[in-house]
Amino acid sequence: MTRSNSLRRRLHGRMFSLPGMITCNEFEDFILAYLDDELPRSKRRVFDWHIRLCKECREYLAAYIASLELTKKALATDEAASLPDVPDDLVTAVMEARKAS
Amino acid sequence: MSLQDDNIADHASDLDTASALQKGDDASAETFVRENIRWMVHTAERILKERSAAEDSVQAAFVKIFRSLDSFRGESSLRTWMRRIVVNQALMVLRKQERLRETSIEPLLPSFDGNGCRLDETWLVKDTPESLLASAQISQAVMTAIDKLPDAYRLVLLLRDIEEYSTSQVAHLLELSESNVKVRLHRARAALKKLLDPVLAGEISQ
Repeated sequence: MTRSNSLRRRLHGRMFSLPGMITCNEFEDFILAYLDDELPRSKRRVFDWHIRLCKECREYLAAYIASLELTKKALATDEAASLPDVPDDLVTAVMEARKAS
Repeated sequence: MSLQDDNIADHASDLDTASALQKGDDASAETFVRENIRWMVHTAERILKERSAAEDSVQAAFVKIFRSLDSFRGESSLRTWMRRIVVNQALMVLRKQERLRETSIEPLLPSFDGNGCRLDETWLVKDTPESLLASAQISQAVMTAIDKLPDAYRLVLLLRDIEEYSTSQVAHLLELSESNVKVRLHRARAALKKLLDPVLAGEISQ
């Protein structure tokens, strides 16, 4: 971590501890409720304010959302082409279990 | 198909299907099994990460489905109803294997200094998920990243974000409080983000 980063963090630390502000750590705790649109208006205001002022959290949130969308899109498929082939043995076993039950 | 997409399904025709299966012969039952078994194995395998255990779960799920077709009321689509049975069956296996106990995910979570300021490096995300997913390598990287999450977190993420169960449904399925589900979900997403950072930063080539 460079000296300028360290200085910036110290300044941010002081600024974000002022009344009406939240720290990056508190911002982290609000993310889930923010994305589910469950943050009360007062908390949403300080959350939005923090996004404007903190480049790190702004970029972090963008990456968090992108990673979530990427994951949902990569896994959200029941399309036949992406499904595993199933051996006939398993179908036979299911049919036999159905008879036995 | 997601649970939400299922709302458009024709539940009345699903009731007919369920009723026909109850009265039906072996041939129609086998057709029904063949039509559904692939997505069911896929769902169970995602949860269990093991093919043979997934196949066992699906076999047990089909027995349950055939036995309880008369309890299908058409309140959801037949597929959603079946999906719940498969998911439950797979979760039972996980419980037996004691894989749902909470284990540490701390190394994958973001870190902060003494003033509460973020310490991790960040960057601008340039590519959209669509453009990233054009590469099979990226899809594989996502699957690998998910499988690296501890089961107690991976399951919450799979059920809430992929299977699209509500927070209260996940809490019920995993026998957790809703607040615990929310904490685990955020931690799972944050950990997954860290694991996917090289993909999002373009370090894994397309």
